[in-house]
Amino acid sequence: MLWNTMLLALREIRRNVMRSVLTILGIVIGVAAVIIMVTIGGGATVQVKEQISGMGSNLLMVTPGKRLGPGQSSGNIPFKEADAGAIAREVTSVAAVAPVSSQSAKAVFGNQNWSTQVVGTTNQYLQVTNRSIRSGRQFTDSEIRSGAAVCITGETVVKKLFGSQEVIGEKIRLHGTSTGSSSSTGTTSSKLSCEVIGLLAAKGQSTMGTDQDDLVVIPLATYQRRLAGNQDVGMIQISVEEGIATEKVQQDIVRLLRERRHLSPSDDDNFNVMDLKEIVKMLTGTTQMMTALLSAVAAVSLLVGGIGIMNIMLVSVTERTREIGIRLAIGALESEVLMQFLVEAVVLSSFGGLIGIVLALASSVWLAGVLRVPFVFNGGIVLLAFLFSAAVGVIFGYFPALKAARLDPIEALRHE
Amino acid sequence: MTDFCQSNSQALIELQGVTKVYGTGQAAMHALRGIDLCISEGEFVAVMGASGSGKSTCMNILGCLDTATAGSYRFKGIEVNRLTRNQRTKLRRFYLGFVFQGFNLLNRTSALENVELPLIYRGASAHERRAQALHALKTVGLEGWESHTPGELSGGQQQRVAIARAIVSRPTVLFADEPTGNLDTARSHEIMDLLTGLNRDQKVTIVMVTHEPDMAAYARRIVRFVDGRVESDEPNVKEA
Repeated sequence: MLWNTMLLALREIRRNVMRSVLTILGIVIGVAAVIIMVTIGGGATVQVKEQISGMGSNLLMVTPGKRLGPGQSSGNIPFKEADAGAIAREVTSVAAVAPVSSQSAKAVFGNQNWSTQVVGTTNQYLQVTNRSIRSGRQFTDSEIRSGAAVCITGETVVKKLFGSQEVIGEKIRLHGTSTGSSSSTGTTSSKLSCEVIGLLAAKGQSTMGTDQDDLVVIPLATYQRRLAGNQDVGMIQISVEEGIATEKVQQDIVRLLRERRHLSPSDDDNFNVMDLKEIVKMLTGTTQMMTALLSAVAAVSLLVGGIGIMNIMLVSVTERTREIGIRLAIGALESEVLMQFLVEAVVLSSFGGLIGIVLALASSVWLAGVLRVPFVFNGGIVLLAFLFSAAVGVIFGYFPALKAARLDPIEALRHE
Repeated sequence: MTDFCQSNSQALIELQGVTKVYGTGQAAMHALRGIDLCISEGEFVAVMGASGSGKSTCMNILGCLDTATAGSYRFKGIEVNRLTRNQRTKLRRFYLGFVFQGFNLLNRTSALENVELPLIYRGASAHERRAQALHALKTVGLEGWESHTPGELSGGQQQRVAIARAIVSRPTVLFADEPTGNLDTARSHEIMDLLTGLNRDQKVTIVMVTHEPDMAAYARRIVRFVDGRVESDEPNVKEA
């Protein structure tokens, strides 16, 4: 019986193709919009997570200065390399600790030059930031200790300076732009010529849109002696062992550093330990909020689509009054007429849902490509959107169907 | 209860003191003012009367499409006035067939599908439906016209489809409301011959409303309505 009713509904829809298509347009757009929003939003969230976890798993960043936000930095006591050593020694569950100092510098090779970021650090930096060497090698211990003039370069720098040429063994010159806070009279230019010993694997753009491959890594000692002219360390990056709560490690670091910096219990911290997870949470929270908001807006068009269906079903009932009269007269029960129109509405809206889903998946794939976010198929939302579109049919089809079922057969047969 | 149908043991339809009033109070319109009628299985009854005489109202009540305001209507001994709307629908579905003046076929639907319609509500399988509908169409002489839609058929052919639809479910009673009202004389006589044949060969009880004496002449009994009352009820002289 239900199957017959379905066939009947399909036949009825086929009879008014144009009208049916226009009727379900609202549902199609609504379903497509919701799915596209959720899919692209989901892709963006995944991308944010991936990129941040690409920066290093369980990363903690220790910077000097109070936790008052960026910009204010005067009077901060910088870290020394020994602070990083102490953290590595005394805090448990720490996988790697990298003291990091950096400044922007001009890299020169032949007649090519490129403004980039010079990072002075240790080999641990690679581990902490999830980087790997594509070709060449890391620093040796003696290079680190002695502050040898060697460097590992990022992809972008290589491209800008060398083109496609073989780079290992070549020498590049670095022109520092500033000498840090401690030293003498303003901006003095410091130069360093170093041999390229390694090439970093590319990481691409970060979430914030910065190029993560635009850097030159040199040993910390080299950086301090030749570029900065002091023994300061800009920040300490720490990666915590997998599966360990970062909160605990964070507390230990705070305790240790307070001790080393001779802070009395009444003093505020003059450094800041940032957990990357917090940033992840914040960023994904933002994208998810945006997704939810946009989806809600899109869902409104589903509602509008439902009203469209109700409208057309009411027209259809009026138009087919005689048919309903005939059916009632020859033995259709009220419930059967009700079902007929209800099924028709549901078939219509489900069709809309299906078309919307196909449309949404196609345009999501396309949009994901254009916006450079990964395409993440979300089966849940597809199913939900389909069920919702069917439900729209039931809800908005019920009233017209009831109107049809309640018709008086005699009146209906007389209707012209 | 005075059993006025006593003389006939096979009473299929018994109307007793049936009245129908539309509206209430001052505006009340008495369509039927006490109808007593008794129809047996196998009869061919023509109901005649001027428009407004109540014959259509009576047909609607007999066809279980409408209920009487007062009085008793028994179909196969069942008191129809006490049935619910759904029960009356089922009575129509299994025992009654209808032929209307305006044919009332589904537009843009093939003759075959039109004839299959009552069987759908009887829950017949697609195979049964097709077989029975084809047979019914053959009975009314429309073999080969199965796939035509009403728009492609003449008036007489449309009425034949309607008759096929009415008899496909093998009803006990066939109600025909002015079946020849929209047809020319030649077509009308063809339809009447068809109905007479059904009554004679398949023993279908036929109750037909008409205002044309020519058509009523085919029936074996003629009931005349005047102002909501039965004026006369007698066998058709010609046939008797």
